[in-house]
Amino acid sequence: MNLLTVNNLNVSFRIKGIELAALIDVSFTLNRGERIAIVGESGAGKSILGLSIVNLLDKPGYIKSGSVKLENKELSKMNTRQLQEIRGKRIAMIFQDPMMTLNPVLTIGAQLVEAIRSHTRISFKDARNIAIEKLHSVQIASPERRFDQYPHELSGGMRQRVIIASVLLLNPDIIIADEPTTALDVTIQAEIIQLLLDVCHDNSMALILISHDLGVVSRVAERTLVMYAGRIVEEAPTLELINDPQHPYTQGLLNALPQMSLPGQRLNQIRGNMPALNDRPSGCAFHPRCPYATQKCRTEQPNFIYNGISSVSCFLVEDMLEEEKSEEDIDLLDIEYTTSHDEGQA
Amino acid sequence: MNATPLIQISHLEKSFVTKSSWLGQWQLRRGKIHRRKESVHALNGVNLTINQGETLCIVGETGCGKSTLARVLMGLTPATSGEIHYQDQRIDHLNDHKRMMFRRRMQMVFQNPYASLNPRMTVYQTLSEPISFHNQQLNRVEINSQIEHLLESVGISPSSADRYPHEFSGGQRQRISLARALSVEPDFIVADEPLSALDVSVQAQVLNLMMDKQEERNLTYLFITHDLAVVEHFATRVAVMYLGRVCELASTKTLFSTPKHPYTRALLSAIPRLDTNMTQPIRLIGEVPTQIEKPIGCVFQARCPYANQRCYETSPKMLRQTDGSSVACHAIEEGRLS
Repeated sequence: MNLLTVNNLNVSFRIKGIELAALIDVSFTLNRGERIAIVGESGAGKSILGLSIVNLLDKPGYIKSGSVKLENKELSKMNTRQLQEIRGKRIAMIFQDPMMTLNPVLTIGAQLVEAIRSHTRISFKDARNIAIEKLHSVQIASPERRFDQYPHELSGGMRQRVIIASVLLLNPDIIIADEPTTALDVTIQAEIIQLLLDVCHDNSMALILISHDLGVVSRVAERTLVMYAGRIVEEAPTLELINDPQHPYTQGLLNALPQMSLPGQRLNQIRGNMPALNDRPSGCAFHPRCPYATQKCRTEQPNFIYNGISSVSCFLVEDMLEEEKSEEDIDLLDIEYTTSHDEGQA
Repeated sequence: MNATPLIQISHLEKSFVTKSSWLGQWQLRRGKIHRRKESVHALNGVNLTINQGETLCIVGETGCGKSTLARVLMGLTPATSGEIHYQDQRIDHLNDHKRMMFRRRMQMVFQNPYASLNPRMTVYQTLSEPISFHNQQLNRVEINSQIEHLLESVGISPSSADRYPHEFSGGQRQRISLARALSVEPDFIVADEPLSALDVSVQAQVLNLMMDKQEERNLTYLFITHDLAVVEHFATRVAVMYLGRVCELASTKTLFSTPKHPYTRALLSAIPRLDTNMTQPIRLIGEVPTQIEKPIGCVFQARCPYANQRCYETSPKMLRQTDGSSVACHAIEEGRLS
């Protein structure tokens, strides 16, 4: 059984009576201990997806339809009280900017202890011991001293470690990390990524990594979902996605990386910009930026089709698959013809 | 390449006093009152030359002094000591009035286009201000045609000149910032992390634009970034900075194929790459310390796996290597590290 099942999730924002769709028919599953990544440009709906899993959407956003199931519990219909049992304890979140996540006027220790004691009945002393142990496990030197310090006394990398420690406190099954390393330097980023991988591996936690950095994603995730304008356009094992991207948007994203062009040459940019929520193009939302767009792309929405390795929502890929299929049929006919012919001769 | 460099920076130092209040500087120690000025040494003797038409990239972690270098170079903040020469003229000690003609030749593009464009000025106003300031003889019609031309050249429709910055996307705003920098026809542009607020695909658009403009106008760039993939693609030469010093300077090709300084090696190994063979990054212990005390010895000593007694005592000099790069490292000098 899947740990997390998101099925046809639709999330909208209602602003001044106008409904703007932020997520459209998003479906995916996550197994126990699996690491997946969600990539896409700003405005693709990555963070909204992360937030709607634990139902943290702020007004005017709301889940319009669809379901988010943790094992067999439906999360999208729960009230705040029931959700509090899930948040932190079963599904924990790590946000981009650790300074925004930590309360600046409370010590690190006070925040960690509060997190433990709000979920379990335990003495302050025991909670303190757990907190220090977890701080130690995320390789924070002299955790006893850090326990009484305030967030501003710590560096960016150190703060993100504290956040990871706070996530570990309650041993959740799923960690949702929304751009956890974007605010950090490369060397610190490498350490934090390694730490996240170790933590997930040691505690067999599942990870949903939200990122726009394909380099980071390729290090972390086993499977990657690519989002564009509120829809998942491609889902594939990460290695397949990087070596053989199917959707033109994924291809564009990968080709835009500086590593993909010769030094000094022009980079392969994707023309245009991600559409705003209020002017989503008709048909496939990517068609105004797509080099292969046809008339069909402008009017119809392509289905999500599984080709044996990856799932893609694109007419181009769909047509190619059908061609291959019919070619296979022809091949089969040929073989039948030749064999019967041979038999006849014999 | 020209024989005389466009810009020469020598022994540049910059420190910021942290305790600014006069009262806060007095301390009682061993029964006596001392006055103690605490200052952060952001730049500790930077020597660099920038050649005409090249792109010099400066890389390093947060707090290594990259942005301070840019600001001191542009005259946005005065240097504590050292010299900056523009072609043959010393510019760091000039007063505002004398500096003006150099301001016109050196322009800057900032990191965050949301913050660097005035939200209460339309694009037209943003662009017309520097043009009319530096070219007082121009009349309205000439200015208008220049702005139109500028906007077109950065891929923004001139019809949107009356819009405000908030009506544009991040990439478009960064193009407007670039248009503003180009509006006075400079020779030299300092770009301080111009891409870090942008998405990959938009990054590519802005980077392409910058490369086009460089070709068109023979611009010289000082490009500050922490994104090494961009550096590899864009730079002619790279200077790696650590705690206010340049620790390695090399042509891009040399730096990426044979990084020498232990810090450069760690930095390069930490780039998350797309390739499938996972090389473990070289782990650096700790993070960049802040420089309250003036460093004795090598600035990288605390995190360097090759540090010995000499590294703690004397600071290494930039030495030219056989392949044309320069490195400041005792371990390399002594042949302990090749």
